[in-house]
Amino acid sequence: MKDLYLIYKNLTRNKLRLFLTCFAIFIAFFLYGLLGALKGAFDAGIELSADDRLIVVNKINFTQPLPLAYFNKVKAIEGVKDVSHANWFGAYFQDQRRPMVGMAVDPETYLQVYSELQLDEASLQRWFNDRQGMIVGEAMATTYGWKVGDRVPISSNIFSQADGSHTWDMVVSGIFTAEDKQLDTNYLLFHYKYFIETQTFGSDWIGWMVLTTDDPALNEQVAKAIDALFANSSSETETSTEKAFNKAFIEQIGSIGFILTSVVMAAFFTILLIVGNAMFLAIRERTREIAVMKTLGFTATRVFRLVLSESILLSLLGGLSGILVAYYTLEAVTSIPQIRSILPNLLLSKEIFLQALAYMLGLGLITGFVPAFRAMRLNTVQALTRG
Amino acid sequence: MNDQVLFELKGISKSFVKGKQEISIFKNLNMSINKGDFLAIMGPSGSGKTTLLNMLGGVDQPTKGDLLFGGDNISRYSESKLAQWRADHVGFIFQFYNLMPMLTAARNVELPLLLKNLNRSQRKKSIETALKLVGLEERAKHIPAELSGGQQQRVAIARAIVSDPDILLCDEPTGDLDRKTAVEILEILQLLNSEFNKTLVMVTHDPEAAKYASQTLHLDKGEFVEQELAV
Ligand SMILES: Nc1ncnc2c1ncn2[C@@H]1O[C@H](COP(=O)(O)OP(=O)(O)O)[C@@H](O)[C@H]1O
Ligand SMILES: [Mg+2]
Repeated sequence: MKDLYLIYKNLTRNKLRLFLTCFAIFIAFFLYGLLGALKGAFDAGIELSADDRLIVVNKINFTQPLPLAYFNKVKAIEGVKDVSHANWFGAYFQDQRRPMVGMAVDPETYLQVYSELQLDEASLQRWFNDRQGMIVGEAMATTYGWKVGDRVPISSNIFSQADGSHTWDMVVSGIFTAEDKQLDTNYLLFHYKYFIETQTFGSDWIGWMVLTTDDPALNEQVAKAIDALFANSSSETETSTEKAFNKAFIEQIGSIGFILTSVVMAAFFTILLIVGNAMFLAIRERTREIAVMKTLGFTATRVFRLVLSESILLSLLGGLSGILVAYYTLEAVTSIPQIRSILPNLLLSKEIFLQALAYMLGLGLITGFVPAFRAMRLNTVQALTRG
Repeated sequence: MNDQVLFELKGISKSFVKGKQEISIFKNLNMSINKGDFLAIMGPSGSGKTTLLNMLGGVDQPTKGDLLFGGDNISRYSESKLAQWRADHVGFIFQFYNLMPMLTAARNVELPLLLKNLNRSQRKKSIETALKLVGLEERAKHIPAELSGGQQQRVAIARAIVSDPDILLCDEPTGDLDRKTAVEILEILQLLNSEFNKTLVMVTHDPEAAKYASQTLHLDKGEFVEQELAV
């Protein structure tokens, strides 16, 4: 594009104005990047939980146990595809003040239900065959610097062994990843058998069950069947979708999403006014020059494009630098392990970036349209004689 | 070759509507300009000199009448076709130079070439030639603010001739310059006419400037009048 130099020169002719306008856009998109990532981190748990997974917990409270016998009973219910169970371990590594997510699970069925977890075949076999084996999410392995084959003592702040020890010896069998980068991999999974046979709380109990159905349309029916089956027993159940379960869990911070959206919208409208005004003034100052260009033979549409390109370039300049700085800020923040353990999904996703890009283009188009239109319609004769 | 008609104005009328009044500037104006002419147009302020020049350059349209350029009626052209026509055939030189303040002399001269299908090196060559012709090649990298009025006008002339137009339209090109600088500019214009066979139409109210032209027309109240004595 031959006009690019011209656009660039026009854009940079008033350095102070360029800086101030760019800075306003920069701040807005910096905030957009940060807040978007924050909102994404809160939402991730809800959004990424599969809607067709059902979770079965004790009706009294989800921290109350269920009998292991329920597992086979649920498996037999019509419409249930795969079912697995898990126990919350209350895990930590060396430092009790740094709790981490660790669950005792039935390996084979758990990986059937959570099919999005990726683990190579060798690791899989190692884990299945090693009673003390555990698999660790990539995020957690990175945080603690664990590699396959490492012997790691994992402690529990809930359970103890017969000798009074709170610590279990485990071996890293494999490191799993998730197909979707936003999926939380900041947890570890180990054998239910190892757990249940060594802890002193009781035998043959599980924390909760998770299952998939043959068809999401069957979910409600299956959930009712499960709860009906255990009604009036000593441990009644409550079955809901994983999404609903997680949502209830995160509901307390749910309104944060609304606040974030409001802040971002307010910032966007503010820069719309700032940038719109700056562009309007910049083009009005150049009325005579635009008239000269049209006299030289630049067509009205070309002049329109020139002005619009300038405002889009301005938006991209401020916006992209804002997003870039937000990205590196988030990288720095999430390199702190404490923050990563609270908000494992705090990252500037491709989705946020593309949304921001769309907003930048929108900003450029909206703020550039009126000046570009005026430049296009400018009466050359009047503009030349008046100046 | 020299008496080949380039421009023909046939029954041109031009009027403006000001409020509820219609102000007529030209009524049934006829004239023709031959290839290679150097025409000076003089006349009192407000007599319509600029308006005439604007119509010749296709920036302003007559209210009535035909403007024939090489036989084509350009008053019938659409706005975008007219813009293309200007880029191809017309060079403009203004009283106040009208250069882009943020562009260097070379980049200012380049502007009309952006409207042509030329690559960077072709453009560079044309720019060099044009700047050399006006004697400003060593100022190519300077922005207008770093140049004197005469130098700026020379850049403007280079911009006007860089795409090799058929006709140069000059609206009081020396109106803002001192005598010595004005002479320099006029000599360049004369050179363009005599050596490069460019057709020039120059509006001026300076009789000394008009002497450089091969023919002078006097415009008064929208009509060409005979001047008894050239002063
Ligand atoms: N856009 C316009 N609207 C109304 N009147 C105009 C316009 N442009 C020029 N005029 C009038 O037309 C007359 C001729 O103007 P102009 O061609 O600029 O004269 P000159 O260049 O000879 O001084 C003047 O009286 C001027 O006021
Ligand atoms: Mg005038």
